[in-house]
Amino acid sequence: MNNARISVRSYGVLPLDRSEILRYAGTPATSPELDCLLDACLAKSEALLRGRVCFSVLPLHRKEQILDLTFATTASASLGRALEGCDRILLFAATAGLEIDRFIFRTAKHSSAEALLLQAIGTAYVEAVCDRFCSEIAQELGEGGKGLRPRFSPGYGDLPLSLQREVFSYLDCPARIGLTLNETLLMSPSKSVTAIAGILKETN
Amino acid sequence: MKITEYIKQHILLLDGGMGTLLQERGLMPGELPERWNLTHPDAILEIHTSYFDSGSNVINLNTFGANRLKYTSEELDAVIGAAVRLGRQAQEQSCGKQPKWLALDLGPTGRMLKPYGDLDFEDAVEIFAQTVRIGVRHGVDLIMIETMNDSYETKAALLAAKENSTLPVFVSNAYGEDGKLMTGATPAAMTAMLEGMGADAIGVNCSQGPAALGNVVEEYLRCASVPVLLKPNAGLPRAVDGKTVYDVAPKEFASAVAALVKKGVRVAGGCCGTTPDYIEALRQACEEITPCPVVKKSETCVSSYARTVTFGGLPVLIGERINPTGKKRFQEALRRQDMDYILREGLSQEEKGAHILDVNVGLPDICERELLCRAVCELQAVTALPLQIDTSDPVAMEAALRRYNGKAMINSVNGKRESMDAVFPLAKKYGGLVVALTLDENGIPARAEERLAIARRIVGRAEEYGLDRKDLLFDPLALTVSADATAARETLRAVELIRRELGCHTSLGVSNVSFGLPARDLVNGTFFAMALERGLSAAILNPYSAEMQKTYATYCALAGLDPNCASYIAYASTLSTSPASASPAVSAGESKAALSSENPLQHAILKGLREQAALLTRELLQAREPLSVVQEEIIPALDAVGIGFESKTVYLPQLLMSAEAAKSAFEVIKGAMAGRSGASRCGFLLATVKGDIHDIGKNIVKLLLENYGFAVTDLGRDVPPERIADEAVRLHSPIVGLSALMTTTVPAMEETILLLRKRAPWCRVIVGGAVLNPEYAAAIGADYYAKDAMGAVRYAEEIERTI
Repeated sequence: MNNARISVRSYGVLPLDRSEILRYAGTPATSPELDCLLDACLAKSEALLRGRVCFSVLPLHRKEQILDLTFATTASASLGRALEGCDRILLFAATAGLEIDRFIFRTAKHSSAEALLLQAIGTAYVEAVCDRFCSEIAQELGEGGKGLRPRFSPGYGDLPLSLQREVFSYLDCPARIGLTLNETLLMSPSKSVTAIAGILKETN
Repeated sequence: MKITEYIKQHILLLDGGMGTLLQERGLMPGELPERWNLTHPDAILEIHTSYFDSGSNVINLNTFGANRLKYTSEELDAVIGAAVRLGRQAQEQSCGKQPKWLALDLGPTGRMLKPYGDLDFEDAVEIFAQTVRIGVRHGVDLIMIETMNDSYETKAALLAAKENSTLPVFVSNAYGEDGKLMTGATPAAMTAMLEGMGADAIGVNCSQGPAALGNVVEEYLRCASVPVLLKPNAGLPRAVDGKTVYDVAPKEFASAVAALVKKGVRVAGGCCGTTPDYIEALRQACEEITPCPVVKKSETCVSSYARTVTFGGLPVLIGERINPTGKKRFQEALRRQDMDYILREGLSQEEKGAHILDVNVGLPDICERELLCRAVCELQAVTALPLQIDTSDPVAMEAALRRYNGKAMINSVNGKRESMDAVFPLAKKYGGLVVALTLDENGIPARAEERLAIARRIVGRAEEYGLDRKDLLFDPLALTVSADATAARETLRAVELIRRELGCHTSLGVSNVSFGLPARDLVNGTFFAMALERGLSAAILNPYSAEMQKTYATYCALAGLDPNCASYIAYASTLSTSPASASPAVSAGESKAALSSENPLQHAILKGLREQAALLTRELLQAREPLSVVQEEIIPALDAVGIGFESKTVYLPQLLMSAEAAKSAFEVIKGAMAGRSGASRCGFLLATVKGDIHDIGKNIVKLLLENYGFAVTDLGRDVPPERIADEAVRLHSPIVGLSALMTTTVPAMEETILLLRKRAPWCRVIVGGAVLNPEYAAAIGADYYAKDAMGAVRYAEEIERTI
């Protein structure tokens, strides 16, 4: 059930920011012991992190307060502000894959500290995938990479989390990148992001 | 003609893409394609007809996503009914002269199965079952399960097809560029599972172009005893002027697929991007090819969600430690349903080199069916080792086999008629490698020839049930040499006889041989070596046994199974180091830091040094009473960390590291106090509520509560309200802790609290999780909101004082 209007990209190892990981793990400070454990977790997780993104570029129309995102419509004011000056959107879903979930689950059986750090690494990784992917797209759009606005996810501001259903149905995430949506709107694999980023009008 | 007969003599031609053709005709992304059977019947009819015209023997009806997750029962029936009618109409009006069949097409549900998603295995089975029943009622000719990228969901679909029809079932999976399914299975693992369950043809579709799938297809051809199927994409999609273009043209596609047909593929077609032109080209390319015979393979193997373990190469070690017999702590853990204990036992055997894990949870006073099922599900979520399901209760065995994600080892059957009649039907239905003990109504015969005779009878009976002898693994039974001097010799002869006369592989529970003798390990090791030399393929043993490790490593090197003795050298390097320095690299840093301190154990806990904390506790216990170590060292250190956390000088990761260091110290203390009952504090029931599969917060609370001595019962994640209430009543829990991460799962928390108020009015309910705050907690009726794990500990201490 393929459709080339939806594309897929893959990512391997990406540089991760240590202080970012520690922040996700809930600490502003580190110690030699914690650094040591973080190194071990980073080494173990490297081979397990496999980023996949599926995406589509869609026209955006506004009818009064309603945003027509092509794949769905919404009255979200905060998304409206995030898409100021845009006439297209980049819709994408990104995942770090199931292997890191499996490893976190397994590690949690003997170490909560390591599991916590692995969770943080998984989160940092999927964010890094999104950053890398968005900067690629921004470059490809030209205008010195300035044509793409910051990404905005269902659940931010007044954009309802239930928009996830339309995102998944449009991008066909399960078949393309193995990303599924649960009844409670959680995503599996858990280290995943869906988002919309506006493309400014004057961009090619 | 029946399709299963036709396929014996011919190459079966499938159809090509459907989705891409519908998109060309205006199907929008997100729109349900199956609805077109009702709204655009002409388009569907035209596509089906042109595939039949171009030579397809089988078309996939437009039912890929037709299931109850997307349609109401009424509409589902209408959509599938229309699909079959359009298929029949195409069959009748096509000019093609070839035999033609209609396949009910079953694609993935789009949901992930538990534990990584929220779809229960049995719910998945029922979703597919409903579609199958409707398809059968409307008269489809076969069932095609395709584009599945998860082995567990594939199993659910095949089980549904088998349980609700007698039609042929073809099963096809989608592989990634790494040659594995999205959830990790190799072609060999899929072959083991699907053949065991009785699929009529298996293979690969979608994914990539034909050339890129060459390796996956060849792996299928190497392993499979049934016809292999190939239905690749027309290469990779590109967008050109807003249109979808695939990069492999019909001729090129046909010759690449034909090349694989020449190597043995018997069922071929196309997937995304392919059109009737591709099928026409493929028909021409295959016209002159004489079909390769489908060869029955004799490899004995088992599989997990990810990979296979085969018998006959490197000897296979089956870890025996997940078994309560004679193990007090294990029995206790089972009664408390402490799954983590079982999982840790599994994972540490894996680290010790076990290739398969035996799973036995039989105790007289527990529900074995439920517990075995749970243990199997939890183990297969964390280990890629295949499991051996070990029970004498056929009901428990069936429940576990059903849920097993792969081809399991089944322990065991024997020569008694009733045993075979109970076990073989299960092996036939779910697949599996059956461990067969050479005993019967008259017991274990003394002589090897008599054991061979029993083995022969077992093979005969298995074949009557339609099982292949490659799926039997004989255990000729090690008896005690101290009771009978010829016992070991006869067992060894039986190993050799069964291998030679029946061609079957063997396994032994090695350690029985030394019963009643001193230094049993020495006897076991030599017996193991002798048995391996006589052709033994596997042994069920204790992977922690140094003697067994030694025998295994040296045998493999001496038998030419260890190129360059690499594994032996790696093994030997673990021998020369002392236990203290054998711990991971962290220890080097640990030892310096800890020894520099005045209270080294307290320092180790404060710094979160696990190995050091255990070592230092062991040292302290040589001079001091366990309780004094707890009171004067561990508790003060824990308190210091707890206070530091509350006053924000210590943060979550450091708190957890310290808690784990304290836990490893407590483990040592527990060992030293074995027999003496340590006073445990009050009980605490813990769960992540239904619908929520995040459990890190809950696990942190559990760790800290255990540190502080509370008796925690952890029900896990995604736990239904009824189960939490049942356990609270059963344990008469004074405190229940509930965790929820998402706003969408807070209603389940509220529902749980309501039920607890009704059924366990005595208990206090404490809640926590990212989306909660004190007001929200009060609104849903909780007694207390814990802002973090220390908060939960402090509240539990407070409640304990009042009871």
